[in-house]
Amino acid sequence: MTTTALQEPVRGTPSGAPAARRPRRRTGRAHRALLPYLLLLPALLLELLVHLVPMVIGVMMSFKELVQIYIRDWSSAPWSGLGNYRMTVDFHAPVGAALLHSFLVTVGFTLLSVALCWLIGTAAALFLQDTFRGRGLLRALFLVPYALPVYAAVITWVFMFQHDNGLVNHVLHDQLHLTDKPAFWLIGDNSFYALLTVSVWKGWPFAFLVVTAGLQNIPGELYEAAALDGAGMWQRIARITLPSLRPVNQVLVLVLFLWTFNDFNTPYVLFGRAAPDAADLVSVHIYQASFVTWNFGTGSAMSVLLLLFLLVVTGAYLLITSRGRRGADA
Amino acid sequence: MRSIRAAATCAVTLSLVLAATACGGGSSAGGGSNDAPKTLTYWASNQGASIAVDKQVLQPELDKFEKQTGIKVKLEVVPWSDLLNRILTAATSGQGPDVLNIGNTWSSSLQATGALLPWDAKNFDKIGGKGRFVESALASTGAQGKDPAAVPLYSMAYALYYNKKIFAEAGISRPPATWDELTADGKKIKAQGKSVLGAEGSNLSENIHHVFVFAKQHGADFFTSDGKPAFTDPKVVEAVKSYVDLMARDQVIPTGDAEYAQNQSVSDFAKGRQAMLLWQSASANLKSQGMPDSDYGIAPVPVRSGTPGPGTQIDSMVAGINIAVFRDTHNLDGATRFVKFMTSDDEQKILNKAYSSIPPVTSAQSDPAFGTPANTVLKNTLATSAAALPQVPNESQFETTVGTAVKDLFADAAAGRAVTTDSVRAALQKAQQQMPAA
Repeated sequence: MTTTALQEPVRGTPSGAPAARRPRRRTGRAHRALLPYLLLLPALLLELLVHLVPMVIGVMMSFKELVQIYIRDWSSAPWSGLGNYRMTVDFHAPVGAALLHSFLVTVGFTLLSVALCWLIGTAAALFLQDTFRGRGLLRALFLVPYALPVYAAVITWVFMFQHDNGLVNHVLHDQLHLTDKPAFWLIGDNSFYALLTVSVWKGWPFAFLVVTAGLQNIPGELYEAAALDGAGMWQRIARITLPSLRPVNQVLVLVLFLWTFNDFNTPYVLFGRAAPDAADLVSVHIYQASFVTWNFGTGSAMSVLLLLFLLVVTGAYLLITSRGRRGADA
Repeated sequence: MRSIRAAATCAVTLSLVLAATACGGGSSAGGGSNDAPKTLTYWASNQGASIAVDKQVLQPELDKFEKQTGIKVKLEVVPWSDLLNRILTAATSGQGPDVLNIGNTWSSSLQATGALLPWDAKNFDKIGGKGRFVESALASTGAQGKDPAAVPLYSMAYALYYNKKIFAEAGISRPPATWDELTADGKKIKAQGKSVLGAEGSNLSENIHHVFVFAKQHGADFFTSDGKPAFTDPKVVEAVKSYVDLMARDQVIPTGDAEYAQNQSVSDFAKGRQAMLLWQSASANLKSQGMPDSDYGIAPVPVRSGTPGPGTQIDSMVAGINIAVFRDTHNLDGATRFVKFMTSDDEQKILNKAYSSIPPVTSAQSDPAFGTPANTVLKNTLATSAAALPQVPNESQFETTVGTAVKDLFADAAAGRAVTTDSVRAALQKAQQQMPAA
């Protein structure tokens, strides 16, 4: 892009221009070469300011013993080297063991949530692919959970999950008699399912939206040809729809994974600052390790480890999926 | 050409401005100043039934202060769920209010951060001297041997609130004075189809307040005298177990209360579904929920045997709110004058009446409003049988870790799992391991 922009005006100057003008033209060219960078500079600095500086500070904090005595002037906090990291990855000691448990819960939760979000979103998008009366209305309705403010949506779920007066127990226990006694959803082991339910409810409309968009790009002729060859519905989905959606799905699954893994709002609004063990997601765990126990050093160390993990996963995922695609394309 | 140069100039200028503002964000770590003598920012805690109520109560008083001193006070009422985080953020950045309310149990933890102005004798003299304040309230203003980090503003104590009508129907003539009596009364109350006692099993602070009192009654402490956590002390384990047993064994606390954290137990009581409630200064709250004063009685919190008093007869923590000056204030003199104003006899009477709390200022307690039977119970409790929560720098962490342990134990009890000495010890052990090394 830069080269075309540069060549354009040069080509426009008359070829028989006096020699005396040449040096000036060269400085002009140098100016023009600099211009894009100059124009990028504010954005670059803003990017540094907004993203990189806090990240660097966060990484720095993870090497400090930043407890309550130092938070007022935290440059005075003593350096602890790798102390915070050693503590967080020592899985035989309580802090490390708790982090590992929280990490495993998060991985399990994320895999389930992403799989369900994708499945429901894709299924709904496929059902709504053909035109019928009320399709627009249904599409709009399906997007409601995605459009609602998180806090309002999750607090509604809190009310529904309440033990004594909640709608969930009213339906499951009072009406359907599926449980012997009303279950607790916000404390104890069931909290995992409560969290999963809310997360899927909140996340699948996004999958639906993206897959719907992806479906618009599949040429209708493919389906017509398949129909002529006698392919059934499942065959058409398996051989045309899903392979065509592959690039869309690649991004969709990655984005869902990152969002779900890092989700803080849902567990925090559902359970407050002390999540039950069964639903102790790593984001809330880190929050508790830093804000509630006022140890920002270990909190930062945990965050950095989490960042590294997500980087590795994302990198590996992109590598594997793109290689697979290249193989398929060849 | 000219337009390109203009664009480049713009870009460079913008970049320079950005860089300059990025560098200028820091603050000096020095003490307060008097840069802004005409304004004050005040973070009030949420004492009334809602934040709107607090504004109605406080604004006229702030106007009064402005008339007296010419200092305009900008009020922000911060909900409890946010207050501690807001204070921590303010402490970290140096950008905060001038004057603020803190939960009195946080005094030592916040004192350790150095974010609050220490109240040495000189500062206390400016507001009329330390002697004006009730001793038990002063006990919850910071670590022993250090200058207090804050000044008592409102005092509260736990009491047993009981529904007179339910008691009459169940044939109970007087409120229970011991836990055994409470359990026995519970059977009669349950026979009437009402629940017995409310609790906020998922509210970490409430859990702490109760297990602290239970520990005192068992002659135990959560911290050793040199400030080290001792959560697995057999007496502490026994104390925590006996509190959770109110649900697990004695079944006086309904299992549903295990997930309560938003004062649902108060509304259960106000709606007449539940016979008893252990709460601090609940009158204003109950009134706002439509329960008239005449419907309930107030008695001291039960003890194991005998009557409330010092030592193992403690039946309440010293609950209350302290007012503090932020060390990085830009109006040090004004802030001190504002604390003096808020702790003056007149304001103490007005504000504590509005919030149904007890003035921590001795001379303000003489007002007849604080001599009602309800307030007499609270006043006596504060004077004779209330103890301050541990004044250690790790108090805030203690509330979180042990509060969570009790929450988990309640969850076990609610799910029908056995709560045993071993399971309680294991939960407390885990809590202790999460405490930062002292």
